[in-house]
Amino acid sequence: MQFQRYGSCVALVALDDLPHEAGKMRELTDFQLVQSEGGSTSTLAFSGPMTVSSLGLADARLRAISDSFSEIDLTGVTRMDTVGAWTVWRLSRDHDARIIGCSDEAQKLVDAISKADSNDHSVRAMRLPLFQRVPEHVGDVMLGLGRGMLQVVGFLGQIILSSASLLRHPSRFRGKALVHQMELVGVNSLAIIGLMSFLVGIVIAQQGAVQLRQFGAEIYTVNLVGRLTLRELGVLMTAIMVAGRSGSAFAAQLGTMKLTEEVDAMRTIGVAPMEALVIPRIAATMIMMPLLGFYSAFLGIIGGAFLSSLTLGIPFFTFLTRIQEVVPLHDVWVGLTKAPVFGLIVALAGCYQGMQVKNNAEEVGARTTAAVVMAIFTVIVLDAFFAVFFTNIGWG
Amino acid sequence: MDQTAAPPEIVPDLPDPFDGKYPIRVRGLRNVFGDHVIHDGLDLDVRRGEILGVVGGSGTGKSVLMRTIIGLQIPEAGEVEVLGDTITDARDDADIDIRSRWGVLFQGGALFSTLTVAENVEVPLREFYPEISDDLRHEIARYKVLLSGLPAEATSKFPSELSGGMKKRAGLARALALDPELLFLDEPTAGLDPIGAAAFDQLILKLQQTLDLTVFLITHDLDTLYEICDRVAVIADKKVIAVGTIPELLALDHPWIQEYFNGPRGRAAQDAQARHDAVRATLSDDGRSSPDPDGA
Ligand SMILES: Nc1ncnc2c1ncn2[C@@H]1O[C@H](COP(=O)(O)OP(=O)(O)O)[C@@H](O)[C@H]1O
Ligand SMILES: [Mg+2]
Repeated sequence: MQFQRYGSCVALVALDDLPHEAGKMRELTDFQLVQSEGGSTSTLAFSGPMTVSSLGLADARLRAISDSFSEIDLTGVTRMDTVGAWTVWRLSRDHDARIIGCSDEAQKLVDAISKADSNDHSVRAMRLPLFQRVPEHVGDVMLGLGRGMLQVVGFLGQIILSSASLLRHPSRFRGKALVHQMELVGVNSLAIIGLMSFLVGIVIAQQGAVQLRQFGAEIYTVNLVGRLTLRELGVLMTAIMVAGRSGSAFAAQLGTMKLTEEVDAMRTIGVAPMEALVIPRIAATMIMMPLLGFYSAFLGIIGGAFLSSLTLGIPFFTFLTRIQEVVPLHDVWVGLTKAPVFGLIVALAGCYQGMQVKNNAEEVGARTTAAVVMAIFTVIVLDAFFAVFFTNIGWG
Repeated sequence: MDQTAAPPEIVPDLPDPFDGKYPIRVRGLRNVFGDHVIHDGLDLDVRRGEILGVVGGSGTGKSVLMRTIIGLQIPEAGEVEVLGDTITDARDDADIDIRSRWGVLFQGGALFSTLTVAENVEVPLREFYPEISDDLRHEIARYKVLLSGLPAEATSKFPSELSGGMKKRAGLARALALDPELLFLDEPTAGLDPIGAAAFDQLILKLQQTLDLTVFLITHDLDTLYEICDRVAVIADKKVIAVGTIPELLALDHPWIQEYFNGPRGRAAQDAQARHDAVRATLSDDGRSSPDPDGA
């Protein structure tokens, strides 16, 4: 008899390099290939436990066996589970070997496993090879962009239709939901928007003063702060903040409701998700945006006045009085006109992306990101458009 | 009512050292949400190798009991011992070992929605036995999926592409991933069609017999109770009021138990069981083997 050892000599191996197991000992599967004298038949003899916890390290060596064997001896096996049974079954299938020394329980397991042998159906979802996947993905993205634009327009159309039907049946309007959303979008964001605007007002005044001082025109800091916050920054920063706070929340809420089939349930009960979910959110954002934008501009001016009184020697109330004189009223109208439009865009992006969620939790994350990106991008593009537009109509 | 106070079978004063006979032991369990007491002084023993059915009205705390046993819910008082380890004071690192020895099928399946069915099965394998090679892990996932009664094509499908029954089977495959000794099933046949439910029952029975599992099975399904449960535990009045075989329970005089097993549905299930047994008896009288429970 000649022995060929594949298994390790000691079946107990320290498992320091495995997580959860540092310092612990685990009994491992051991095996050896025994060849008979003539070399005609050989036997693969297992010993120790053959379980999911003991087979992992032996598996690679088992797969590396190139010699043929005609018997698998399980006499020395102390414990067996389905992973052990699978290993035995696979070896006997691949090497056309007979199983001997098998206990009744082990035999039962091997029988059960042999029935569950599939012809290597893939574990992963279907995936094309890389050179096909990349162009396909690019195509998908491009088509998706085009289709997305159309769908957003369609979504907007649905909103307008629903709003019109709500106008005809005002009793269906969900006042409570509207007020609740106004609180979430508006009232709850007062602190963060206020702080942000105040600080930005300080920064504008400070940096403006440094530049204007070179011409001895420090007093124009008032114009700078007043016109910038009321006309541009107040509304723009608020829109970005609301997109981050509420637009993302809309997408995540509606997306999760889609996943748990709450939206479908609503439809079947006869509640239109458009009326119950989308319209209150959009209306709340459109109502709150002008208020928040004005509030933001106001606090920006306070910030500027605060800094001027500290470092520029312009008293606080003088600053505010000057604001009245130097800021044309149409600057306020410019800001207030843009605000509901931005609000519509932010809420539309959030609700649209949320309603597009399907299949899985990852989609909720992706759609939430898309909602925020889409909202901020569109708001900034539109803001540039508005800047040119208002200047051209003489509100420069 | 008084005679129901003493359950027919609660082992008195178990020896303290864990002797392996009771994979699950619950003593004096008390669970409270706010001021809503769910369990109060609940005791339960699950024997090794049995299928224990757990019944009780909706909202009596069956799911909460299961969550407490597997350590997801910290009880206000009482002791839970699973496989010889005390769950109630287990620290996170200490109970990792025990987590590889049980499998749980949640009421809704709770599959990971971004992974395919087979990848779902691979998650616990990857987590506990990272030394297992990719090849072996894929093979294990495949045969577990087939063993759970799903077709081979299902391995590469996402949970959103499966029907309710298939999701349950996929959840079962994941629960069985680590060859656990203990299997927790929360209403596995709820929402399945009768044929699907019966097949699922037989699947659980077959797996239990082949893999020598101990099964903690929450169910509302009377057919399941009659078909596969060795014993049934009844939860009512914040306690396990009785544990025993169905005939033993039927002998008790508790109104809820009588209503449950002798109500119209309970009767129907009893009759079905009687017919089933009669058919089996005649078949074996004819010298034929009893019908294959799987049908096909
Ligand atoms: N997380 C929780 N918070 C508050 N109450 C809960 C919670 N989970 C369950 N409950 C309450 O506990 C009771 C039992 O719930 P559960 O175990 O799910 O019932 P069932 O027996 O139908 O499975 C119910 O009344 C439920 O309202
Ligand atoms: Mg439940």
